[in-house]
Amino acid sequence: MERALWNIGKGVLTLFVVLGFIFLVAPLIVVIPLSFNAEPYFTFTEGMLRLDSEAYSLRWYRNIFESEEWLRAIQNSFFIGIFATIIATILGTLAALGLNDPRLPFRKLVGALIISPIVTPIIVVAVGVYFFYTDIGLGQTYLGIILAHAMIGAPYVVITVSATLANFDYTLLRAAASLGANPWTAFRRVQLPIISRGVITGALFAFINSFDEVVIVLFMAGLKQRTIPREMWSGIREEISPTILAVATLLILFVILVLITVELLKSIGEKHKLSAN
Amino acid sequence: MAAKQGIKSRIRPISLALPLVAFIAITFLMPLGNMLKESVYDAEVADALPNTMRLLNDWNGVELPTEEVFRTIAEEIVVLQENRTIGKIGIRVNRVVSGTRSVWGKTARRVKDVETDNMITTMVEIDDRWSELDLWQGIKTAGQRYSAKNYLHAIDLTRADDGSIVSVDEQRRVYNTLYVRTLYVATVVTLLCLVIGYPIAYAIAHTPPTLSKILLLCVLVPFWTSLLARATSWIVLLQSQGVINDFLVWLRIIPDEGRLSLIYNMTGTLIAMTQNLLPFVVLPTYAVLSSIPPTYMRAAASLGANPVQAFVRVYWPQSLPGVASGCLLVFILSIGFFITPAIVGGTDGQLISNMIAYHIDTNNWGLAAAISVIVLVSVLILYVVFDRWVGVDKLKLN
Repeated sequence: MERALWNIGKGVLTLFVVLGFIFLVAPLIVVIPLSFNAEPYFTFTEGMLRLDSEAYSLRWYRNIFESEEWLRAIQNSFFIGIFATIIATILGTLAALGLNDPRLPFRKLVGALIISPIVTPIIVVAVGVYFFYTDIGLGQTYLGIILAHAMIGAPYVVITVSATLANFDYTLLRAAASLGANPWTAFRRVQLPIISRGVITGALFAFINSFDEVVIVLFMAGLKQRTIPREMWSGIREEISPTILAVATLLILFVILVLITVELLKSIGEKHKLSAN
Repeated sequence: MAAKQGIKSRIRPISLALPLVAFIAITFLMPLGNMLKESVYDAEVADALPNTMRLLNDWNGVELPTEEVFRTIAEEIVVLQENRTIGKIGIRVNRVVSGTRSVWGKTARRVKDVETDNMITTMVEIDDRWSELDLWQGIKTAGQRYSAKNYLHAIDLTRADDGSIVSVDEQRRVYNTLYVRTLYVATVVTLLCLVIGYPIAYAIAHTPPTLSKILLLCVLVPFWTSLLARATSWIVLLQSQGVINDFLVWLRIIPDEGRLSLIYNMTGTLIAMTQNLLPFVVLPTYAVLSSIPPTYMRAAASLGANPVQAFVRVYWPQSLPGVASGCLLVFILSIGFFITPAIVGGTDGQLISNMIAYHIDTNNWGLAAAISVIVLVSVLILYVVFDRWVGVDKLKLN
């Protein structure tokens, strides 16, 4: 009797977990088939449910690639994202190297300062950045948005690089020095290959972060600098069309691609460790 | 000797960390400092009427200002009329003494070519409000470069004519309701994330590695997917002609004319925000749960604890650091959430951050800055409390 009760309890819990996962993932899954809707509706047509091939079409995808606004937005997103990522990755990697050295004074304070951009509510960051950058003439410029995105991307690089540095064996650097390598060679040939996984992961996170960021862009971007999420924002609030669903689908697939890359990098890194041992 | 070496050995880490520290100081701290200034500093009236303001500083406030003051302000009004900035000054002073906006344009038009020995009489003839002390007091107040007026406004207070601080009229109160609503939403979303997220984290931590990896991906993909893509999905699911309503109608659970309003209101905000923020509870909780040795639970069982007792007395306490940091993150992020409520919240699902964006749009920068500072300070207080309680360094991303 008691055993049966426990089993029922377990069953209810499992069901609850399954529902939780559905809640997380369903919104992403639902848009994918709907983005192929032949009709301009946001819901499944009868034809779609019958799996009638005529009910599906690529017209909303064609819309994206025929629209000047969307093409410019895609270009802007990559342009801003790539430059912001380069700045964030270089500064973030260097800072992580410094931060993980116990000789750095005020380590806790420096660490808190470096992380602060991503733990401050984004709306507050955006307001501050908007006023300040407008005052110094960077409002409605690519440079202003790139700097702001580099600032909120760098902490991710610091975090991921620090994670790989935590396991770094500093005697390797001394070994390199005793074999005649100068500090730069030792860094390039010994330390960088080992932390490269953290650097690449951090760079990817910084890039996605810039790619998805919309609040800063909303205040800062003029018509010329509009990015993909900024176009989506107007699309949703002004004239909502299934083109948005097609864009959303592409974004979801893009994230999956990036995450799989990160996962592969991780497993390569683990193999590295195994073979090193 | 040792000290010298100590300094030398510090140069390397300092020079590595310095570029990012400097970069963040310039691109992040300076904007925040500037925002703080913006919230208390307003030089528009002071810069437009510099000579008048200097004279008014010596004015006793009990009797009408002297002929000299009248002459000075008349000259400055003429200049403002030529620059076409008189209207702006009228708006600013009107925010202090309402009903005085028309005084400025009227005076500017007529005072221009006047030759007079008695400017007081001339101006009072143009508009008799120049003889009222309230207007002069209002000009003096509006001309202060530094003031707390934005903060008063941001918490539904105002200065009465006699200078005392009072609540604004009931119909004009907006902000306090929004702070309370924001805290309410943050609390409910945090609780929902905890209740839904904990079992999810448990499932990921205690399934075989392959399944666990897939399940983890199910959390990470939504985590990194654009908020706008997710908001779009919720519109598709929740709107009255949306997937969920269609499904329920098809199942005959609800009649076609009784479709549920799940979006563009508070319900929409709560549902979408919970989904948006769920990974922030799941990820740190999972990190902690996967480090709890399974032997502990077996030990508890062998000592006679039933599963519920073992969970409550052994498992739950060990998971607390992860749960606490996850919940804190969700709570703090909810307070500043903007995109999702703006899209799915309708009017009653709007939060304080939406009000900040509104004031940016309408060019009321001082007020937007003041509300932002209030939000920022509340978040900082939460971090300090949390640091005392659990330790901020427990915050983890992945």
